[in-house]
Amino acid sequence: MTAMMTILGPLVMGAAFGFLLQRGKVTSCNVIENQFRLRDFTVLKVMGTAIVVGGIGVLLLVDTGNTKYYVKDANMLAVALGAALFGVGMVVYGYCPGTALGAIATGSVHALVGALGMIAGAILYALSFDWLKANVLNVGALGKVRLPDVTGIPDVVWFAALAVGAGLFFWWIESTEARQKKG
Amino acid sequence: MTTITESYVREAPRTARIDWSPYLVGAGIGLLSWVAFGVFGDPLGVTTAYSRIASLFAVPVIGPEAVAQNSYWKSMPLKWDYGVWFLVGIPFGAFVSAVISGTWRLELVPDVWKERFGPSVAKRFAAAFLGGIVIMYGARLAGGCTSGHGISGGLQLALSSWLFLAVMFATGLAVSALMFRAR
Repeated sequence: MTAMMTILGPLVMGAAFGFLLQRGKVTSCNVIENQFRLRDFTVLKVMGTAIVVGGIGVLLLVDTGNTKYYVKDANMLAVALGAALFGVGMVVYGYCPGTALGAIATGSVHALVGALGMIAGAILYALSFDWLKANVLNVGALGKVRLPDVTGIPDVVWFAALAVGAGLFFWWIESTEARQKKG
Repeated sequence: MTTITESYVREAPRTARIDWSPYLVGAGIGLLSWVAFGVFGDPLGVTTAYSRIASLFAVPVIGPEAVAQNSYWKSMPLKWDYGVWFLVGIPFGAFVSAVISGTWRLELVPDVWKERFGPSVAKRFAAAFLGGIVIMYGARLAGGCTSGHGISGGLQLALSSWLFLAVMFATGLAVSALMFRAR
């Protein structure tokens, strides 16, 4: 890849991602908070569709030898603890890291303040890394495993179930929202 | 500043003029994932690059030697790679989208927060900063965020990522219920 492509490529990809996040309203703190209050399902609609559409395409790309999987380590204790902290942080901050970066550019000053907090969080993590590596990251370390490996259920079945499940869930959400609008 | 923000908010809710379907946006992010995997071999993600950049800010805080000696940043030094340029692209795309859709506006305290905790800017900034610390610490401990784990990992059916999604949403729902409980 040319030097131009190694910079322009990711810049355009990031810009497209930021553009979509803003269009999807998930750069709004209100939308994210109301997802966790179960009053607005925009976040789940965006994420669910992205996972199903993206997943089926990536599965085909892998099967045809055009890419490979980039699975993160299943350090079960670290992922569970980290995800719990992440959930707390997301509700208090009102953003996740990616949507926060988008929100800053749409005029959200408190997102910028939180981004400084995120830098502090990254520094704290780096400082505690040695201890975490010895005591937390190694607990329940299952490696780069995928659900089809663990369960023996093939990819196709997973995606069929995900697509049908998401479809039914969104259909139920949409009909509930339509009823609420009328009433 | 506050009065300007308030008058803007009264004029039109921040998200009122964006009318793209969340499913369309989700499908777009899914398609973007195909390109990320197939062309660049680098799934969408935010916090890995973010912690690389954080090492720059850590230099004045803990000193250049401590940063150079730190085992986490040794494994993840600052380099202007795909992820970092991707990160730079996000605010750019969000800005363009906000300007085109007329939804760019200064926001110091979001509506959901104001309803519950009042209009204090200091209070909101403090919460955003603390939330930012917690979310980034959690993201690094878990090995990813809503993008890297949630979308990129979720669509690969990674065990770690689905554990992350489940714990993150469960914790978020619980904290949100506590934070926004009726007084």
